[in-house]
Amino acid sequence: MASTIVAFELGGREVEVMVKPMTTLQSALRDQLGFTATKEGCRQGGCGSCTVLVNDEPMLSCLLPVEDVAGQRVTTLESLTPTQGLHPLQQAFLDANAFQCGYCTPGMTMLAQALLDHNPAPDRGDITQALTGNICRCTGYGPIVRAIEVAAQAMHAGEEGQPR
Amino acid sequence: MARLRGTGIAAVNYPTGMNLGGDPSQALIHATTSGSFVVSLSATDLGQGLKTVIGQIAAETLGVEFGEIVIDTADTDTGPHDMGTFASRATHRVGNAVIAAATEARQALLEVAAEELEAAVDDLEGDGHGNLLVKGVPTRSVRIAEIASMAQFKYGRTIAGRGAYMKPKSLVDPETGAMDPDSTEAHACTVAEVEVDTETGVVTVLSIRSAYEVGRQVNPALVQGQIAGGAWMGMSHALYETTAPYYPAVDHSPRDFSEYLMPGPLEMPEIECVVLEMPSSNGPYGVKGIGEMTANSPIPAIANAIYHATGVRFDDLPITPEKILRGLDAKRSGPS
Repeated sequence: MASTIVAFELGGREVEVMVKPMTTLQSALRDQLGFTATKEGCRQGGCGSCTVLVNDEPMLSCLLPVEDVAGQRVTTLESLTPTQGLHPLQQAFLDANAFQCGYCTPGMTMLAQALLDHNPAPDRGDITQALTGNICRCTGYGPIVRAIEVAAQAMHAGEEGQPR
Repeated sequence: MARLRGTGIAAVNYPTGMNLGGDPSQALIHATTSGSFVVSLSATDLGQGLKTVIGQIAAETLGVEFGEIVIDTADTDTGPHDMGTFASRATHRVGNAVIAAATEARQALLEVAAEELEAAVDDLEGDGHGNLLVKGVPTRSVRIAEIASMAQFKYGRTIAGRGAYMKPKSLVDPETGAMDPDSTEAHACTVAEVEVDTETGVVTVLSIRSAYEVGRQVNPALVQGQIAGGAWMGMSHALYETTAPYYPAVDHSPRDFSEYLMPGPLEMPEIECVVLEMPSSNGPYGVKGIGEMTANSPIPAIANAIYHATGVRFDDLPITPEKILRGLDAKRSGPS
């Protein structure tokens, strides 16, 4: 079948990709747009390492045909990362040593961002429950849960410090 | 039906490295014109942090800052020979090779600096912040980065070092069976607490607490990471991981590793550890290997905790809910 051009918003910029039908968002991000922070783990929706945000909702980009995000707003770790320094989640992951190999980290970070968007003050149970679709084979999850707790507090404090 | 609690304990002595035809590692180090030091290796970082600890060891020995070290583990076709990353050997073997290479490279660096500063090599010292200076004359100093550049453009010299470390092959004494299979041994003891649901057979691990004696810690945060991750893997091995069907029907078996059962975040127990440092005599800066051993003692500790909780001894892994229920049934029906 013929390729089509799909346009969507990626990190605040309009992008276009020419894709065969059923090309995944993950493949378009990594192979065509060079946005390689989004990892390719299982390619079957089982590990969460490819998690991105579509209109602020966490989605598995390995199962998502890129046609489905036409006209939508896609956020990856690249666009979460500030030009200077680190996002509070990235800083908290670094401080808590919430990785060893780091392969799950981009997906964990995006998932955590989605959690904190919905629930700015999650308790430990909320965080643990949110992580159940994302696999980490190195840390035993404890440092990841602690990092998200710390980031939630830091982001909450940051918001309170902002003028209204 | 009840939820039974139990506590189990287990200990491990774990060897660092192995003994086949000898166990060698090699390393090459050279300075670039900008003053970075490239450490070329064929040992790979599997994600456990080898590049970090080798960078620390190289920086310490060269007397330069950690940020100046570039670890290149690119290619086993072109890199210096290494047996590989396994047997908890890499920090020990590669670290020793890197100390040797860094010692030679530092000597080359000092010789160029001595010429530039018109001083004797023995009169030079580093300040730990990227400078070499003449002892007692702090005004006569030079940036290491400048020396690296001058070596190439002014003096036509290399700043480089070669390093090798080998555990020689140890043959078995045919009379006694004695041999020397490893270089050093690390030790650990784990206490696990479990709760066994006698209706479902499900085992919940409540806590895994360990004490480790690992020699000198090059990077304590990475050691903690290894221990927590290893406890998790041990728990997974003890209770979950099998390629055989979890229940009798064969179509319930995993078809590949994506369906291979392992615990998730909801099964997370409390994982705690304390680390004791008793430096080894032959590791770089007293290192011992802490890799595979972290997944070892949690397994028998959990099995022992299940025995303590149920009075049934399970000696076949993983200890699945089905095995628990069959074991409890057999215990109820008494000795046959």
